[in-house]
Amino acid sequence: MKAGRLFEAVKDEANRADPYPLYARLRETPVSRQDDGTYVVSTHAAITSLLHDPRISSETLPPSERPRTGNPLSDWIVNPVKDHVTNTHRPFIFRDPPDHDRLRMAVMGQFTHQRVHAMRGRSHDLVADLLDKQSDATSFDLVCDVAYPLPVTVICEMLGVPPEDEPQFHGWATQLASALEPDNLGNEEARAKNITTFDEISTYMRGLIKEKHRHPQDDMLSGMSGESGKDGGAGMGEVDLIATAILLLVAGHETTVNLIANSMLALVRRPHILTRLAGEPDLAPRLIEEMLRYDPPVHFRTRRALSSIDIAGTTIPEGADIVLLLASGNRDPAVFRDPDRFDPDRPDIRHFGFGGGLHYCAGAPLARFEAEAALVALAQRLVHPRLIDDPPPYRSGAALRGPMHLRLAIDGVAPRR
Amino acid sequence: MTSRNAEGHAVVVGASLAGLRGAEALRQAGFAGRLTLVGDEPHRPYDRPPLSKAALTGEIAPEATALPNLHALDAEWRLGVAATGLDRQAREVRLADGATLSYDRLLIATGSRARPWSNPTEAGLAGVHTLRGRDDAAALRRALAAGPKRVLIIGAGFIGCEVAASCRALDRTVTLIDPGPAPLARILGQPVGEIVAALHRALGVDLRSRTKVARLEGDASGRVVRAILDDGSEVETDLVVVALGAVRNTEWLSGSGLDDGPGGVLCDEAGYVLDMEGRPDRAIAAAGDVARFPHPLYDGRPVALEHWGHAVAQGEHAGRLLAGAATGAAYAEMPAFWSSQGGVTIKSVGLTEGADAMVFAQGSPKEGRFVVVYGAKGRCIAALSFDSGRWLPAYAEQIAARAPFPPIRVGVDLHGLAVLQPGFPEERTSS
Ligand SMILES: Cc1cc2nc3c(=O)[nH]c(=O)nc-3n(C[C@H](O)[C@H](O)[C@H](O)COP(=O)(O)OP(=O)(O)OC[C@H]3O[C@@H](n4cnc5c(N)ncnc54)[C@H](O)[C@@H]3O)c2cc1C
Ligand code: HEM
Repeated sequence: MKAGRLFEAVKDEANRADPYPLYARLRETPVSRQDDGTYVVSTHAAITSLLHDPRISSETLPPSERPRTGNPLSDWIVNPVKDHVTNTHRPFIFRDPPDHDRLRMAVMGQFTHQRVHAMRGRSHDLVADLLDKQSDATSFDLVCDVAYPLPVTVICEMLGVPPEDEPQFHGWATQLASALEPDNLGNEEARAKNITTFDEISTYMRGLIKEKHRHPQDDMLSGMSGESGKDGGAGMGEVDLIATAILLLVAGHETTVNLIANSMLALVRRPHILTRLAGEPDLAPRLIEEMLRYDPPVHFRTRRALSSIDIAGTTIPEGADIVLLLASGNRDPAVFRDPDRFDPDRPDIRHFGFGGGLHYCAGAPLARFEAEAALVALAQRLVHPRLIDDPPPYRSGAALRGPMHLRLAIDGVAPRR
Repeated sequence: MTSRNAEGHAVVVGASLAGLRGAEALRQAGFAGRLTLVGDEPHRPYDRPPLSKAALTGEIAPEATALPNLHALDAEWRLGVAATGLDRQAREVRLADGATLSYDRLLIATGSRARPWSNPTEAGLAGVHTLRGRDDAAALRRALAAGPKRVLIIGAGFIGCEVAASCRALDRTVTLIDPGPAPLARILGQPVGEIVAALHRALGVDLRSRTKVARLEGDASGRVVRAILDDGSEVETDLVVVALGAVRNTEWLSGSGLDDGPGGVLCDEAGYVLDMEGRPDRAIAAAGDVARFPHPLYDGRPVALEHWGHAVAQGEHAGRLLAGAATGAAYAEMPAFWSSQGGVTIKSVGLTEGADAMVFAQGSPKEGRFVVVYGAKGRCIAALSFDSGRWLPAYAEQIAARAPFPPIRVGVDLHGLAVLQPGFPEERTSS
């Protein structure tokens, strides 16, 4: 295959189950120009360098353009105003400093040690309940029955979103997460769909935030909406608050599920490590770090070059789209010995599972706790788990990548410890 | 090399940051012979940066600053004993207790000490302090805890500024006196100096720039009570901290034939010490504050750096060198420094000496978060940040590549680049 078409192949669903050989080819040219003009960055050193480079921007979303309705009032006044508001109040994962910093700081202030730790205990209980439900099963779908409901419940409880509304925004979250897939950004229909979804979820959030204003609770939404009233310093206006709440909700929905599913896939394929984890739960934190290196939920993120950048023998021109292929940097033999081996005893894992630099994952501690609770309980309680489909069917995303289903045959579920 | 590393006696003089990291690197590189660390302080290696910060405000105890051992050392420690002489012909280090240590390889890591107040009688008044070591910090901490109202700090370099901020955190009345036009202006230039001045004024420090202390006066009991300034005015005070920079600990080397001026022990590119004729002694390396060496990034001009990260990197380099495991490449670690004062973290990469231009890049002084880039002869030589350290790695790359100045014209959070004059006052030092 031609080097300039490798990233095309990465996006091709046919390669979803194992994109890693393509990444190895891409690393032969650390910064590789693709035929469509995108620059794909695939080595550990080049990714590290660009993650910290002020010449790259995260403001990659195309301008919002609500579709024509035929109603002149909407088309000429209401929607252009809405578009303007959307464009200027993106979620902070798509924004640069200083706005990014202000919004992120307000969120980090809500991820208090107490809150995150409370969720650690809560995760254990939730997993235990979810597994209890499978006690008579001979097979189940790890994704739908455990890996998805756990983080969703956690993020809803943390934010203060009523869990009974969950079915409604399950679809919204999936739709909005597709904004991370480059091909969707180029596709007009997908963009229009995204905007409609964004408007729907915004309306929902606006209502919820009003409610929190009236009856503040001990949750993040109440905390953030309370702050917006105060001195204006760290606070945020309503539109930013809505965008931020949506970001957290989507991030909580679409990532940890893959970490848990990818981990179980790797572990069921390596039963000796699964058994080891059951007897040695202290292994979990290291195993999870290795998992975030070996088969991470987020494979790449996009950026844009604000000015031309000389890097690794290539010049990225001003304005170019850049793909930081995080999951490839994680397999770079220049940094990791025997990179294609899953080895939870690996020392010093400097992975890009949570990104790096100023957009480093805001939910990392939470995600780690959730995954730990899930994996230890699964290792200890599933009796003789086997994969029914290997490889499993994958969700369509290449950036947010993970199994759609992970059906496991089991000989039972041991009682909770 | 392996056979040479099986035996022999490596002596490290100076049991602090550079010495410890150097000793560890010797071991890591396979040196299996005898290893002795000599230190004139009674303490195992500890960290100095907290001494002007958290250890003064009482957030941590001065004793809680021990440096972790990163690797097993299996060493003999001669603590509380100074080295008093070096005989390179005999390959012997003389110690203050009369003992001699013969070495087949030697690491000089004796660092620097606080420059004392020029008048010894005045320096001896009760209540006059300097700050370099753990005992100094403990004494100063005790003095501060006794509840003095007024503290006078002489010298607005990094340590003077940090002490001033720490004393304000303790709600003492602080006067900070410096002959320069603004604090840190000698190193960071006038525009940044003015920002530092504003920071300290906002903290409530009574900052007196372009002012010198002429003398200190004590009461009948020998306790300092006031300072007389060169403009004739007086400042009443309960406590004085003299922060006039550092002096290299090279006296013990006199007579050894090494090039050991007040600027430090001169080394070659590899890290071996040089004698007066410029010949390297391949049994001896130097590292940390005490070493002066030609930095390849700065046209081989000899520099001596008082930076924590440099003591670590050069210590490790010297350890590998003495174990015969160095690659032969010149030591070229990018200089990097940090300071924290009044809740602001200042970081820098590169060296500002010789800068003839500067720009404010990311952020803005108005927001209190910004990056400044320094250039010399059209090349990028240094960058500095206030609460924006995340951008420095990118600038470090530009400095290493000797990129044209300014290196980054369009970028995130960058609002037009106005080139300014750094306006260094006379009398520069390197670091
Ligand atoms: C208060 C303070 C705050 C600082 N803050 C920062 C900061 O924020 N950031 C930063 O980058 N750097 C900071 N520094 C600088 C940094 O700590 C030094 O660069 C570093 O300690 C240098 O390490 P060294 O091992 O070379 O020298 P030193 O730490 O000075 O150690 C030398 C050792 O050798 C001993 N010695 C001297 N002569 C003899 C002899 N003849 N025989 C035996 N032993 C001897 C000394 O007593 C000392 O123990 C700070 C320094 C101080 C004092
Ligand atoms: C295993 C689970 C997770 C993984 C692998 C993951 C991964 C990532 C990555 C790679 C980024 C960097 C994006 C970029 O550089 O553009 C990121 C950002 C982010 N993540 Fe996560 N994430 C996970 C879970 C979570 C959770 C549970 C939350 C929230 C509750 C969360 C919130 C965020 C936010 C808000 C950002 C944007 C940060 C910023 O722009 O400053 N993530 N995440």
